[in-house]
Amino acid sequence: MQLTRRSLLTRSALLGCSLAASPLVTPVSFAAAPWDTRLVVIILRGGMDALDVVQPYGDPEFAGLRQSLSGGPAAGAGDLDGFYALHPALAPLQPLWRQGELGFVQAVSTPYRDRRSHFDGQDLLEAGTAGLGEASGGWLNRLLQQMPGVEARTAFAIGQERMLLLEGAAPVSQWAPGAGLAMSPQAERLAGLLMEEDPLFHNALNEALELTRQDMSLGGLDGAEDDAGAGMMDLMKAPKGGAHTGIAAYAADQLRGDTRVAAFSINGWDTHFRQASGLKAALGRLAETILELRQGVGPDIWGRTAVAAVTEFGRTARENGTGGTDHGTGGAMLLAGGAIRGGRVLGRWPGLAEADLYDRRDLKPTGDVRSYLAWLLHGVSGAGTAALQANVFPGLDMGGDPGLLL
Amino acid sequence: MQFDGDLVEIRFGAGLSPLQPRPASAEQMLTRLQGADEMAQRFPVSSLEDAAAGVREFRRLSKDRKRQEGQRGYEAADKAFKSYRRAHNLARFGWHGQRLLRHVHARDGFRERLALFWADHFTAQGKSPAMRVLAAPYAESVIRPHVAGRFEDMLIAAATSPLMLHYLDQNRSAGPGSRVAKRRKRLSGLNENLAREVLELHTLGAGGPYSQADVRQLAELFTGLTVSREAAFIYRPGMAEPGAETVLGESYGGGKAELEQVLSALRDLARHPATAQHIAWKLAVHFTSDTPEPALISHLSARYQESGGALLPVYAALLEHPAAWETDLRNVKPPFDFVASACRALAVPEARIAALRPGQINRLLLAPLTPMGQRWEFSGGPDGWPEEDGTWITPQALAARLRWAMAVPRRLAQPLPDPRVFASAALGRFANERVQFAAGAAETQAEAVGLILSSPAFQRR
Repeated sequence: MQLTRRSLLTRSALLGCSLAASPLVTPVSFAAAPWDTRLVVIILRGGMDALDVVQPYGDPEFAGLRQSLSGGPAAGAGDLDGFYALHPALAPLQPLWRQGELGFVQAVSTPYRDRRSHFDGQDLLEAGTAGLGEASGGWLNRLLQQMPGVEARTAFAIGQERMLLLEGAAPVSQWAPGAGLAMSPQAERLAGLLMEEDPLFHNALNEALELTRQDMSLGGLDGAEDDAGAGMMDLMKAPKGGAHTGIAAYAADQLRGDTRVAAFSINGWDTHFRQASGLKAALGRLAETILELRQGVGPDIWGRTAVAAVTEFGRTARENGTGGTDHGTGGAMLLAGGAIRGGRVLGRWPGLAEADLYDRRDLKPTGDVRSYLAWLLHGVSGAGTAALQANVFPGLDMGGDPGLLL
Repeated sequence: MQFDGDLVEIRFGAGLSPLQPRPASAEQMLTRLQGADEMAQRFPVSSLEDAAAGVREFRRLSKDRKRQEGQRGYEAADKAFKSYRRAHNLARFGWHGQRLLRHVHARDGFRERLALFWADHFTAQGKSPAMRVLAAPYAESVIRPHVAGRFEDMLIAAATSPLMLHYLDQNRSAGPGSRVAKRRKRLSGLNENLAREVLELHTLGAGGPYSQADVRQLAELFTGLTVSREAAFIYRPGMAEPGAETVLGESYGGGKAELEQVLSALRDLARHPATAQHIAWKLAVHFTSDTPEPALISHLSARYQESGGALLPVYAALLEHPAAWETDLRNVKPPFDFVASACRALAVPEARIAALRPGQINRLLLAPLTPMGQRWEFSGGPDGWPEEDGTWITPQALAARLRWAMAVPRRLAQPLPDPRVFASAALGRFANERVQFAAGAAETQAEAVGLILSSPAFQRR
């Protein structure tokens, strides 16, 4: 191919046309969203200790297992229902519980067993399959593949982290707030030309340019940018602490428009040592995130919002020798939002007597976290149970409807 | 197989440089690897031992300040601590500059790549303000001396380094039946984090032939590996669980608790066929593609087993296999490698980096890695950074690469090179027609350089 300036101009005109026609840049206000209820999925990476978050203080074995990590209302936890109590760091969410906008499912897990690797555990949680390597991509993307009217803006993966659960054939968007790109029009065209034959780079570039325009129209970035040097450097500052609230605010912005699904992760749940301080910090971030979402979408959309926070596995029932807990099996999932039928801790409680534990060490899972997620997707999007069991979570038996939504 | 100097420098080295001739042969690369570590001598980074002295001083001043709280001496103690803490944290930026200069000037870029690869394989990070700066000294003392040696020596160095013991919570792990536990000290019990990661990440791999019982037994065997008050490695038999432990069917210890039993288990793990397979797979992914050819993996794994984990023969196997020489560029450079190879292509002068204040090094060269998706020295977990191309080239991370490429080179190389000359300096025979066109069609020199660095041809290897 012989490239000349003339052929470049023709090519970029073509590129311009195809960009405008691409679903990525179709103005969102003209699109018909495929359903109304908003869904936010938060992956809690590191294995959250279900027993410390939703403390089964009514179980006679609990106090003995958790000696330095004592729990229950006597240690400052908020009583939920006379059996479970909420970790004090989630106290800011207690009003949501009282309003029926916060609930939990206790003692659930993926089918992942015995190896207790974070990375495999997370891959399986996000793949939504029964075993590792059974499908590429994630369950949330496969849901989108089932639904008519889905376009790239329907679902957003937010933040710098990879979100496997949204990977797959359905178009999705990803962005980190404040990541904008400001280039001269000529540099934009030439960058497009350079990347044109490399789909990975080309798609990412087009998305970045489009989302930058959107950020600018939201006032998130200073658009006037003539001395590329100084301005670019300002854009390059690393995100400061509190990134989780920035992500939540960005998610809320999108959910107020035509976006129906937002997914991101909150890290810091791997509490092998001195869990008391580590878990407190992580739960604080989780509570702030949920409150930021609620405030950001506003009361009307919050009433049509369901938030689900899930983790790859729980931790050992018994505290370890260093004030922490090691990798376990059964965990808890958190549900929040005005669309949630909250104020309840769902899930069948297996008990904490040694014989009731999984492998004599972990909380025994009595339910599959995927079936709760499947019922949630059913309620949120209207996807049929047959498609959910066959395609979204292949081979899953959803069981009875736990009635997660109002 | 045709030895290809441009390709070898891009795929196995630090990238093309206008200052350095390409390697002439695989033999030459391996010979250099066995020779002196020229770059470590020319651009020194603190050893772990020296840096640990800094950790002690940090803690001493911090304690002193606490002791003075509410007393007359507080102000002076507070000032002393804060000024020390500042210098302590700034050291990290200086080391970062040194490590980038190694990439700019290395004759054996392969060594720089291997040092990064193994430091990532044995990821260890400080979790407290005093320890947080130690990642570079750790790579310097624990990883770098072993990159051309034996895998088991590197494994032992990593698993007994104070930073790893601290990072994976081993330092406080004590056997439930140990002398320490019997004295009922606070927090004296087992922690299985290091044992698990040694099996899953460092040796056998997540799919490897071990069970939870092996994790537990290895955790018991590891009790006693800990960190002294002086922030150095120490083996404390008083923390060790009495009795023998069985890991993968092999029994260790039983008599007096000794470090040698732990080392012997680590050596056995290092020589295990599953470890050979795991390391072979990791090397193949890192140097060739996200989905490496099975033939390459088995070739590397077989050589690893033959050599008993001596690494040079494994590297030789990599450089001799045709699958390593596919001429299309595939893997995306991670952000550090992207920035380092850009500095190499720009031939950033030593004096230029030396003239930067630590804060400037951070602003120009370190902090920009975070929006590219790589908060340097703070990966999300002990599995280190991902290899998949798709994780690096997201819209937000690609935007960060473009921003850096357009804005920073002019601050590092003055004057900027002629873009057309730069295109072939940076890409050699991979400077395709599109790159050459963009180099000539950009409106400014800075944009032209930025575009060349942004091209997939530069960002892949």
